Amino acid sequence: MKAAVLVFPGINRERDMARTLRLVSGRAPAMVWHTEGELPAGTDLVVIPGGFSYGDYLRCGAIAARSPVMDAVRRHAAAGGLTLGVCNGFQILCESGLLPGVLMRNQNLRFICREVYLRVERSDTPFTRGYNAGQVIRVPVAHGEGNYIADSETIARLEGEGRVLFRYCAPDGMIDPNWNHNGAINAIAGILNERGNVLGMMPHPENHVEASIGPTDGRGLFAGLVEALARAA
Amino acid sequence: MKARVTVTLKSGVLDPQGKAIEGALRSLGIKGVASVRQGKVFDIELDGGDPAKAEAVLKQAADKLLANTVIENYKVDVLG
Repeated sequence: MKAAVLVFPGINRERDMARTLRLVSGRAPAMVWHTEGELPAGTDLVVIPGGFSYGDYLRCGAIAARSPVMDAVRRHAAAGGLTLGVCNGFQILCESGLLPGVLMRNQNLRFICREVYLRVERSDTPFTRGYNAGQVIRVPVAHGEGNYIADSETIARLEGEGRVLFRYCAPDGMIDPNWNHNGAINAIAGILNERGNVLGMMPHPENHVEASIGPTDGRGLFAGLVEALARAA
Repeated sequence: MKARVTVTLKSGVLDPQGKAIEGALRSLGIKGVASVRQGKVFDIELDGGDPAKAEAVLKQAADKLLANTVIENYKVDVLG
């Protein structure tokens, strides 16, 4: 797996992401600064990590989404290249038009930093092949603006096409408003683009991959990606 | 040439910040406020003096960056 992690001013989760990619794939990712016009040759996975690019100025992810490196990411995605955006990365993907919808202020107006339960809706994607459909995983979230919305037509399409990959749920997998921490519509925590090669998600799977730290439920996502890319090669 | 772009949330889009401000006004005892919606104002100085050209530039700026038209509307005022 030849991964590239994008770095913008104000991003602060890029090292967690790089550590996880190295741990799971055995290969350190390239760290790519936002002013770069091209991704390293042969990049097969682009990861946009979490943090606060440009201090969340204007709107979360708005300025990063218009940086030169994002044109390269658009070309990568248009050619079918796998792209993962986590937290601020999800916000950047929405702002760049690579994913539909918007991440609004959390319904309770608070920054939420805690572990959540996610229901994996499908296992037949490169991002979720490391899980079973319906499986409940435990991963952390840390965001103030993760309340996903889109117009009703877009939501109907996302649901109809099976493009919601992760939902906030109770520990038993039931969808319950009490466990939908940020108030996202339909408890949406992660969505896929139309083609199925771009995933955006608010939770941080990269932070739950090592037994010495805690749960390892996030590992499946990265292990699945490694496997998917190995098969494609 | 001076101009102002005002960005507001589309109606129907939840505005928790506006709601919080509304609550704060109520707790300050300021009466008669029915509701609050928060928006953004951009005061922009432009090169050149052609109002039509200025409006086109500002619309482009708003569409490409200043507003997220999924959830926001904008209004362009060329002030001269």
